[in-house]
Amino acid sequence: MSGPNTSFDPVEVTPLRADQVEEMREQAFAAIAGATDLAELKQVRLDHAGDRSPLALANREIGALPPQARKEAGQRVGQARGAVQEALVARQAELEAQHEERMLVEEAVDVTLPTTRRRAGSRHPLTTLSEDIADVFIALGWEVAEGPVVEAEWLNFDALNLGPDHPARTMQDTLWTEPADHHVVLRTHTSPVQARTMLTRKPPIHVVCPGRVYRTDPYDATHSPMFHQVEGLVVDEGITMAHLKGTLDHFAAAMFGDGITTRFRPSYFPFTEPSAEVDLICWICRGVNSEECRTCRGEGWVEWGGCGVVNPRVLIACGVDAERFTGFAFGMGIDRTLMMRYAVADLRDLFEGDVRFSSAFGTEL
Amino acid sequence: MRAAVSWIRAVVPGLPADVTTAQLADRLTALGLKLEAIERPGHDITGPLVVGRVLSFEDEPQKNGKTIRWCSVDVGAANGTGEPQGIVCGAHNFAVGDLVPVILPGGVLPGNFEIAARKTYGHVSAGMICSARELGLGDDHAGIIVLPPDAGAPGDDVFDVLPLRDEVIEFEINPDRAYALSLRGVGREAALAYGVPFTDPADRPAPSSPSAAYPVEVEDPVGCPVFTGRSVTGFDPSAPTPDWMARRIQLSGMRPISLAVDVTNYVMLELGQPIHGFDRDKLAGPIVVRRAREGERLRTLDGVDRNLSVEDLLITDDSGPIGLAGVMGGETTELCETTTNIFIEAAHWDPVAIFRTERRHKLPSEASKRFERGTDPTIPLIAADRVAELLTTYGGGTVEDGVTSVGAAPARTAILIDAELPARVTGMDIPAATTVDNLRAVGCSVVEDGSSLSVTPPPWRGDITDPFDLVEEVARIVGYANVPSVLPPAAHGRGLTRSQRLRRRIGRTLAGEGYVEIVSFPFIGTKDLDALGLEDSDPRRTVLRLANALSSEEPSMTTTLLPGLLKAASRNAGRGASDLALFETATVTLPRATGPAPIFGVDQRPSDAQLDELDKALPAQPLHLGLVVAGERERPGWWGEGRAATWADAVEAVRRVAESVGVEVTVRAAARAPWHPGRCAEVMVGDAVLGHAGELHPRVCTAYGVPGRTAAAELDLSRLLEHAAAMVEAPGFSNFPLAKEDVALVVDASVSVADVEAALREGAGEYLESIRLFDVYTGPQVGEGKKSLAFALRFRAPDRTLTEEEAGAARDVAVRLAAERLGAVQR
Repeated sequence: MSGPNTSFDPVEVTPLRADQVEEMREQAFAAIAGATDLAELKQVRLDHAGDRSPLALANREIGALPPQARKEAGQRVGQARGAVQEALVARQAELEAQHEERMLVEEAVDVTLPTTRRRAGSRHPLTTLSEDIADVFIALGWEVAEGPVVEAEWLNFDALNLGPDHPARTMQDTLWTEPADHHVVLRTHTSPVQARTMLTRKPPIHVVCPGRVYRTDPYDATHSPMFHQVEGLVVDEGITMAHLKGTLDHFAAAMFGDGITTRFRPSYFPFTEPSAEVDLICWICRGVNSEECRTCRGEGWVEWGGCGVVNPRVLIACGVDAERFTGFAFGMGIDRTLMMRYAVADLRDLFEGDVRFSSAFGTEL
Repeated sequence: MRAAVSWIRAVVPGLPADVTTAQLADRLTALGLKLEAIERPGHDITGPLVVGRVLSFEDEPQKNGKTIRWCSVDVGAANGTGEPQGIVCGAHNFAVGDLVPVILPGGVLPGNFEIAARKTYGHVSAGMICSARELGLGDDHAGIIVLPPDAGAPGDDVFDVLPLRDEVIEFEINPDRAYALSLRGVGREAALAYGVPFTDPADRPAPSSPSAAYPVEVEDPVGCPVFTGRSVTGFDPSAPTPDWMARRIQLSGMRPISLAVDVTNYVMLELGQPIHGFDRDKLAGPIVVRRAREGERLRTLDGVDRNLSVEDLLITDDSGPIGLAGVMGGETTELCETTTNIFIEAAHWDPVAIFRTERRHKLPSEASKRFERGTDPTIPLIAADRVAELLTTYGGGTVEDGVTSVGAAPARTAILIDAELPARVTGMDIPAATTVDNLRAVGCSVVEDGSSLSVTPPPWRGDITDPFDLVEEVARIVGYANVPSVLPPAAHGRGLTRSQRLRRRIGRTLAGEGYVEIVSFPFIGTKDLDALGLEDSDPRRTVLRLANALSSEEPSMTTTLLPGLLKAASRNAGRGASDLALFETATVTLPRATGPAPIFGVDQRPSDAQLDELDKALPAQPLHLGLVVAGERERPGWWGEGRAATWADAVEAVRRVAESVGVEVTVRAAARAPWHPGRCAEVMVGDAVLGHAGELHPRVCTAYGVPGRTAAAELDLSRLLEHAAAMVEAPGFSNFPLAKEDVALVVDASVSVADVEAALREGAGEYLESIRLFDVYTGPQVGEGKKSLAFALRFRAPDRTLTEEEAGAARDVAVRLAAERLGAVQR
């Protein structure tokens, strides 16, 4: 529905005629109300408020009127035009709202459609756990030290008080490189990084060294010829076993939660004296009713790693003044920590590269 | 080390009776003898198991050739009736009137063997007369056990008579506690744990005599500081081992063999001193202790003929080698069932020599285990004497007067420590008096001089050589449980190094790009390199070999991460996941032609030059990044088609990695295995090659069993990180309007986009803000062997609005340069 085709058949309106002005206004109102969409309203605007609309033309004639009539006519036409303009704006808003509403309904989609065009990637939990561990110590003000995996025999053994005929060498069956008389091994522990650190830095030393190590272990659900360790080393004046205990308790709580502390048992490592094995309170049963606990198998404690006061012989071999400084060191299996923390049943899952394994852990632990 | 609790209690009678085995094991663990397991032999037997007296029996031959005995056995009131019990028995080693162990119906034997009255051989057998094996007392199944006549009355419980039940603690003994490989050592620790007196079983007078038990000459007193012996004559080789001794040996995890052998084993278990018995009649001339000579051989007790090394310590006589010292005896002089004259040898051997011989011959034995860790050099003669005593007590004969005793235990030097040292090292409150007490408790002699202590370790503690060893002894008695928990004084680190931070970022970037990280073994074989299609001269074939590789298929350290990634990709594909994006970061091993790594002394720091020499002897171990991408990079779906992974994904991943660490890389075509020769990009920073990316050669995909058109990249991350910008300068940028100019250039198909882009960039001048290839067209409109490249050039000036003429002029210069350099024609 629209008004008369005034573009081609302009209606003569004289501004002096109130009834004519009034009628034009009413026609405009009717046309505005009758516009059902934005396109129609656009035409209505041209017809009733455009330059060639009757009211616009009437307005143009006002200037030609005698001065005494001009004011009244001006007011009349101006009011009418203003009212039409207002009605147009209101209708425009109305129609826009209607249009938007309809459009939004029409554009509705099924948001349950799959959206993943590309599978998510992930980092290996050994990487992220190593980083988490490093961050615990970074937060304590330590630094992360690194060293080569293919390592000199002297650093892997001799410098750590493991002489050529030390019985402890049988404890860690070593992968040797050819030719055997070149004295190069795949490091059997991260401890050579300890030695390298002491050889190159002056105390105070606070470092943590996560890394890969190798032994001639079989490859099965709980053993692997390649695994990962994290080594910690502090050398300073006045360092004691108590500082070692405090550090490991802190580490244990950071890894396994508040209230998880450690226990020391006397042990033997050539590079530490006194030496201890570190157990954790079982974080599953917390030592309560542990008979039923599958994690600690009734022990209430879980073996975690080894530690001790750095043997002064190691300090001496690495050029640290053993009279002035003492140190502590510890070493834990990262793989073992990962298996414990995430209930990994088979160690081989870490090294097979099955995407289902890493993917389960995401980008950060 | 396995120790029966009953034996520990016999050695330490003061051990409180109410201490349970679990408690004892806990306390010993806290002292350093780590509990491995507690076994409870006999605890799986439930009664009624009683003493029975054989009243009568009849031998009844059976069709199967056996003769069974149908016995009437008095079991007292144990069967509830007091009537004799009818029992069928297969053994014949008993007589009427003998006392025997009888398990009655309702009882259970080891292996959950439930006893019931059952019909057999035409009788109802109401129970069973037991053999040693049936009761878990050993391997003997030749006959039933005949109890001693004073074992008790019919119907008495047998459990205490035999004794059937015991508890055994298995310890994991650390290499420094060799003394605990004996009841003498375990007993000492148990007494220490409960503060009760300890009587050393080795505390016996040593015999002496002007004459030797057997002539012995020690040619190598370094290898053999002490050699002692005693002789027993007229021994009865048929005499049985007493049950208690056999039982203790059995509970200790060894097998009773014969009285003579059992006694030597028993005394080894008791005192920790391994002992060897020779059949004296088989010895030829004096015993000589010396190192082996080139070419000498010895057939050891286990029947193995062994080639000896000149380092091996030997016991010899006129016939040649008769024993591998401290490790295993020889066959020719072995004790046997006719031996009546025995020479008992107990010596102290150099632990290093024994360690080497044992490793060389791969011959770990109970003896070598103790010798290589260090035995008490003061007790060989006492142990030999104890053996002689037990042999004659249970096997008759006499101990000859002569005593062989060559050499002497080396004197121990005193260690000087400050009495405060244990407190200072452990952080525990340990008064000087406690230090002194505890050191004495472990057997040290301590001379106090103010706060300075002069401490001489006991002879059985060869492991104690340093002040800190003494600290450990004091600390373990005070108790590790008492070590306070204190964080050390604050450290002042500077956080992760830049390289460490960037490596984390690279991993996250790739994970964000959809790549899954793997960790694989670095071991490879020639097959893996062949499968990559590497030429014979390819440096990646120069690998570091392992001398004792775990697998002969993969004996070397890898020089490239691709084999591990491709194997993982193949494994995943085999498991149903063939749309893959994998990455790994790890070091590779690139051998260098070097000499051996030096072995320095340990009494001082090697010099910087020496350490430098050491590092140079190691192979280069750069950190690499490898990745593979296969199958669909994007899935098809309701949105439309999927997208297969291509060479471009591998290149893009590399660019993303480089970008993430602030490095701009360029690429150029390269031909390099294992890539497709026409689809391989060499990745560079400036003139330095960082690695390669692209589609793999089809043959490589086949060889590794990965999907066709798998793409891969490998980068030297160490080198990439060297180029990582240390600092990014904040850009200044203009807000004046952008001027856009698009050009389409026709060039020969062989011209690389990178070259065209470089020419345009150079020609476009200082106001060029960006340049981007947005279309490549080949077809009839540009002609055979040509391609059309459409570039969007964007210009902007820092200080004003560029006019259309300015932008157009810059474009024209750019096009002209591309035309000059590469024959480009504007369409």
